[in-house]
Amino acid sequence: MALSIVHRATGIALYVGTLLLAWWLIAAASGSAAAYSNVQAFTGSIIGRLIVFGYTWALMHHMLSGIRHFVWDLGFGFKANERETLTWAALIGGVVLTILIWIIAYAIGGVR
Amino acid sequence: MVEFALPKNSKITGGKTWPKPAGATETREFRVYRWNPDDGKNPSVDTYYVDVNDCGPMVLDGLIWIKNHIDPSLTFRRSCREGVCGSCAMNIDGQNTLACTRSMHDVKDGAVKINPLPHQPVVKDLVPDLTNFYAQYASVEPWLKTTSPTPQKEWRQSHEDREKLDGLYECILCACCSTSCPSYWWNSDRYLGPAALLQANRWVSDSRDEATGERLDNLEDPFRLYRCHTIMNCAKACPKGLNPAEAIAELKLKMVERQI
Repeated sequence: MALSIVHRATGIALYVGTLLLAWWLIAAASGSAAAYSNVQAFTGSIIGRLIVFGYTWALMHHMLSGIRHFVWDLGFGFKANERETLTWAALIGGVVLTILIWIIAYAIGGVR
Repeated sequence: MVEFALPKNSKITGGKTWPKPAGATETREFRVYRWNPDDGKNPSVDTYYVDVNDCGPMVLDGLIWIKNHIDPSLTFRRSCREGVCGSCAMNIDGQNTLACTRSMHDVKDGAVKINPLPHQPVVKDLVPDLTNFYAQYASVEPWLKTTSPTPQKEWRQSHEDREKLDGLYECILCACCSTSCPSYWWNSDRYLGPAALLQANRWVSDSRDEATGERLDNLEDPFRLYRCHTIMNCAKACPKGLNPAEAIAELKLKMVERQI
């Protein structure tokens, strides 16, 4: 039940995170250097980075948890051990993917 | 609708601590939900001490011991005392299960906490009102429906077809699964819940039944079937080790399969 709640909570968080993504895309598309640097300044700040980090995790967790639900909807993975494996895989996988993405992002982009 | 708090008249207040049995060398603490429809008071949790050396090992043995030796007004359902009838389903230490098959020694950490099945109207103490639950079972029409002429002897079934009913026919309708499901707590007026849906799948899966289409039509509804969000509490709760979540997933698959 707990992971079902987390799946929903991350789903709701994604709405907010996607607004952030839309803001960034609109600023980039507007061609205005000032608008774009406003977004960069926000996402580059400590709070901004925390929010983007949380957004990354919400996205990764919701994706893996969604795949878990997809497997169930296909009629597989219902035995007690399979159920627990899928659930823990989504939880741990989401955290690992998030950290990996941030390591890669810092490695490629460097520290601004 | 979604409810996160108990209504005012369901808030648990106080409770009586009954004296330890005289002469008992080893006791086990039981904290039991009490509510009497006649005294106009809110529910309470009473504390009892069971003489472990004078009592069987199961939680139900403890309840019967309390009723016989301490408090005859304690009310609960029980019948077969061996996990066949499903009468003594209740919430023990936070889990819906049968009092007759759960050992009081498997309940860790102090007191054995006993409540009625969650989110059902209470008749008295540990007795829930399961009228709606049984009506939902009736709504899946749990009997063989056929149109072809009745055979001279019995309706035959191959071994393979019979095996399709394994994991479904064993259900004893104790309501542990349905009352553990948040979707059922909040939409039990329209969502059938895991127990009734497992039974629905039992009849849809029966090779002898000739009303599969009608049965699926009856479930083709945003609430009756599709309020299942694969939360999995039902599969964890079932004291018979069945898997209502899987049965519901099979129903959803059959819904799709018949459209292609």
